[in-house]
Amino acid sequence: MLTLDEVNEKYFDVLKEIGNIGAGNATTAIANMLGLRIDMSVPEVAFLPVEKLGSAIGSEEEIIVGILLGVEEDIDGSMMFLMDMASAHHIVNKLMMRDDSYNEPFDEMDLSAIKEVGNIIAGSYLSALSGLTNLTIVPSVPFVAVDMAAAILSVPAVQFGIFGDNALMINTDFSDDLGIKGHFILMPEEDSYAKILTALGVPI
Amino acid sequence: MGQMIKVDMADLKICKAPDNLTTIGLGSCIGIAIYDPSTKITGLAHIMLPDSTSIRNNSNIAKFADTGIQKLYDDMLKAGANKARLVAKIAGGAKMFEMPGANAAGINVGERNAEASRAKLKQLGVKLVAEDCGLNYGRTVEIYSETGQYYIKAVGKELKII
Repeated sequence: MLTLDEVNEKYFDVLKEIGNIGAGNATTAIANMLGLRIDMSVPEVAFLPVEKLGSAIGSEEEIIVGILLGVEEDIDGSMMFLMDMASAHHIVNKLMMRDDSYNEPFDEMDLSAIKEVGNIIAGSYLSALSGLTNLTIVPSVPFVAVDMAAAILSVPAVQFGIFGDNALMINTDFSDDLGIKGHFILMPEEDSYAKILTALGVPI
Repeated sequence: MGQMIKVDMADLKICKAPDNLTTIGLGSCIGIAIYDPSTKITGLAHIMLPDSTSIRNNSNIAKFADTGIQKLYDDMLKAGANKARLVAKIAGGAKMFEMPGANAAGINVGERNAEASRAKLKQLGVKLVAEDCGLNYGRTVEIYSETGQYYIKAVGKELKII
């Protein structure tokens, strides 16, 4: 069995492809939902030591929104979508048809809206992964947390830390009139890396 | 006023008054502060996982409760701390997401991190005098080596001192 650090180089290319297709799907889905035209930057894949994950998307103490989903069926693991507060407020305000200057703390309805966005984005990335691998991958219901970046990112840091010393993350900018910055992290269980790579015909 | 020295994730450091130590955004991780009131030698470890023996990839000893706390303890004694006077305070070990199920073993590691930290401190004979663990939010901590006070900051909550 290869360690995560050993498979990473091959896996890196796969993730880039998932990032491209997944973010494309997500862009279309969000655009339909919000009734906006949204452009997407070419996703970047960041490969970094787990210890640095907490500061990977900004200051460690910046408050961000994290949406976590389990994935199951042919592969097991979890995935996370992260947004900064400005992006989350922007999306929620659009969905709730509120003025974009509305900046109050999220209530239960807002958090449900965020979960729904998480569902759509996660579904977009997972269907990209399913499409590339022909594996059946089903997401669980989403869970949301609004907290310090380092605390939220400690969750994927621990997941990656169990198998290796590095983590992989896809960074995408979705830009409309204000701009939404999103980050996507896929955290397969150790056995599932092999399944993903085998399904793609990558020798391991 | 001394310096505030930062401890990263999976990292540990020691200092002496007037310097102090901090670590930012503990989620399921634990910040273990050990303090010697006689010499004011202070240590802080930011561990991620409970047990180095259950994991193949265990080269970074600061990543685990068992090996990280051992190293912190050894470093403090080496620096001249008084073994019999050492006391500990711990914080963190939150459950950031309420996800159930087997896939969430790593996600729900907070409670096990706290248990492993308590067990290791007990084994070393370091008295655990205070703790603020669990629940569902992140914590930033600061340990002050002049007083041994452990400051715990969380989003939307009042400063807690233990």
